[in-house]
Amino acid sequence: MSRFLKSGLLCAGAALVALPAIAQSSGLGRAALPEEVAAWDIDIRPDGAGLPDGSGDVWTGEELYEAQCAHCHGTFGEGMGSWPMLAGGQGSLTHEHPQKTIGSYWPYLSTVWDYVNRAMPYGAAQSLTPDEVYAITAYLMYLNDLVDDDFELSRDNFGDIRLPNEDGFYLDDRVALEWPVFTQAPCMSDCKPDVQVTMRAAVLDVTPDDPTADARRAQARAMAAASGGGDAAASTPEVEPDEEASAAHSPELIAQGESLYRACRSCHQVGDGARNSVGPVLNGILGRVAGRVEGFRYSPALTGAGDAGLIWTEDTVSDFIADPRGYLPRNRMSYAGLRDADERRALVAYLSTYSE
Amino acid sequence: MSEELTGGASAGGSGATNRRGFLRGAGLAGAGLVVGTGAVRAASPDPLITDVQPWAQFLGDGVDAAPYGKPSRHEAHVIRRNVEWLTADTSSSVNFTPIHELDGIITPNGVCFERHHAGVADIAPQDYRLMINGLVDRELVFTLQDLLRLPRENHVYFLECAANSGMEWRGAQLNGAQFTHGMIHNCMYTGVTLRTLLNEAGVKPQGSWLLAEGADASAMSRSIPMEKALDDCMIAFKMNGEALRPEQGYPVRLIVPGWEGNMWVKWLRRLEVGDAPWHHREETSKYTDLLADGRARRFTWEMHAKSVITNPSPQAPILHGHGPTVITGLAWSGVGKIARVDVSLDGGRNWAQARLSGPSFDKSLHRFYFEFDWDGRDLLLQSRAIDEAGYVQPTKSALRDFRGVSSVYHNNGIQTWHVHSNGEAENVEVS
Repeated sequence: MSRFLKSGLLCAGAALVALPAIAQSSGLGRAALPEEVAAWDIDIRPDGAGLPDGSGDVWTGEELYEAQCAHCHGTFGEGMGSWPMLAGGQGSLTHEHPQKTIGSYWPYLSTVWDYVNRAMPYGAAQSLTPDEVYAITAYLMYLNDLVDDDFELSRDNFGDIRLPNEDGFYLDDRVALEWPVFTQAPCMSDCKPDVQVTMRAAVLDVTPDDPTADARRAQARAMAAASGGGDAAASTPEVEPDEEASAAHSPELIAQGESLYRACRSCHQVGDGARNSVGPVLNGILGRVAGRVEGFRYSPALTGAGDAGLIWTEDTVSDFIADPRGYLPRNRMSYAGLRDADERRALVAYLSTYSE
Repeated sequence: MSEELTGGASAGGSGATNRRGFLRGAGLAGAGLVVGTGAVRAASPDPLITDVQPWAQFLGDGVDAAPYGKPSRHEAHVIRRNVEWLTADTSSSVNFTPIHELDGIITPNGVCFERHHAGVADIAPQDYRLMINGLVDRELVFTLQDLLRLPRENHVYFLECAANSGMEWRGAQLNGAQFTHGMIHNCMYTGVTLRTLLNEAGVKPQGSWLLAEGADASAMSRSIPMEKALDDCMIAFKMNGEALRPEQGYPVRLIVPGWEGNMWVKWLRRLEVGDAPWHHREETSKYTDLLADGRARRFTWEMHAKSVITNPSPQAPILHGHGPTVITGLAWSGVGKIARVDVSLDGGRNWAQARLSGPSFDKSLHRFYFEFDWDGRDLLLQSRAIDEAGYVQPTKSALRDFRGVSSVYHNNGIQTWHVHSNGEAENVEVS
């Protein structure tokens, strides 16, 4: 329980205590006119407070959604690229890569109505009529298998609707649960027997470019090489360029990979002028977030994996092509898998030569 | 600020004694290992001294060459940076404060990180309106001029995005303090408390919640309990002495001290008093903390104690070789002041107390330093903040034990930088 809520905030009358007789008002400002309040007071609450009159059905919502929403959120609410996924993901909240959608995660339908009305479509906010917002909300319920296609949503039936995960939330209990552990006196010496590095960010290599940092790192390496760790003040070393990671692969390995790549060519293009076809273009795949090639329509499984942080590295690509369906269930790549680890290494080495 | 004012408050005896014992324990000190502390004899005279330099001979720019001054052109690399793969579009995205380039506790306005949901609203001051409505005696509209006639206060507060370090839940991912910890800034705000402002409208007895809403194209909205609103929240029109930057909510933003940055609604247009929370998108779909069992915490507003070593760090390696070395970093707590910061050179096996320097304000960044003689061996640098409530910044694994790895938000675990013998630093996790 949050320390604030625990202190009695939610009890009726708490505000009376919190607001002692304070100074008189200054008389600054002016009375808000009813029309002005109506124009800005657009918020909706879970109990339906704030909803305007109106209604909209699934079919109307589908037309509106296709025209105004699908280019970001996908035809089925699966989310294009990094845009939010709105449908599916039921049962995924305990998975390694949970998909938090209206049907799987959001607690209240009022949130959908309120957000579509106040902020959508992206770049043309507050351009929808109340009936249109009802219709789009109804369609989003349909995409999440919450209603049939003959459903019409209105202010009258809004209060009857519950989202599946309404009870999946509870008040912040960090103070009650975690603080007894996190307020113990800290150890100062010999706190653990041995310290090992268990993970390095450099393995993922997803850090954005920072030329200044690159130059400094090169300087550190050059200084160490020049001085053998000696007196730094005496030397002013040259800055050396960073070496490319792909230089680590032998030409033989890359050539072997090129030959193996023929099995991929029917679906994937790579190199100059490569375009998306059955599968996404593979230029620059290493270091990229999964499911992020612009203009390619991925399965929800793949974009979801990207949302959850899957980065294509030499290791993850290798693991994926070993057994695509096993690695990422319900993805659409129809490829049985490349079982030989050395062949996978060669294929990945070949792909590593096509950075963007 | 003198050491007497900042150095002596914490328990455990004098910092110098602690540090010496600590270094001995970690095997890093001893006279034979300390290198390069004495003056170095130059091989030949330095031409920067013996030759007359152009800046010492010719006239430089006059006044008004830059009516609004910018940093030196030699500091052009001190910029906010984004992580392009994180988001689909820069208008609904985030960039990061270059904390590895800064010192002291105040973040310069031009490098305070940005987080927008529909881009930067461009509002002329004469077009600004603030409405207070709902469960109040008088529904009111204020102009900016009206707000400037109310009593003002100045406070220094940090703003940390709830998702700061959020990319690190599953393990070390980004190589740079800017990217792992840069969704934070610390400014002095000038403005009017909500207590003063709400008193103008008169909150009705049943008014227990406040909805804050922005004027931007996302109409950002958050529910805030009335007790917090009346405790220390304020609206601000100045940051670090000048008008809010457009990207920070010009002309008026909400200040919610110690609580997650998303609640600090920018381009604030409306405050509505109600009797229940609204459960809007940014407090349901987002900014709720999914735990391993599939359930989620809501209303996790408070930012708990956290720290990070900003130098050295992956973007700022040690470039001076062995000898006297300064470790510095930032610590903060949404609960109050920082009481103490500890530093470890060996991945958390042994700890020594760092030295706090600079003013110590409630819910503000604190600056710490730790000076030692580096002998060139590998370091696993960590810092650990302890706030005045006695909360000790936990390890990442201790956090994961409670929360799993899908929380996204509120990752305040201890950061480790592996400093190699050549001075390069890398983001790692340790056992």
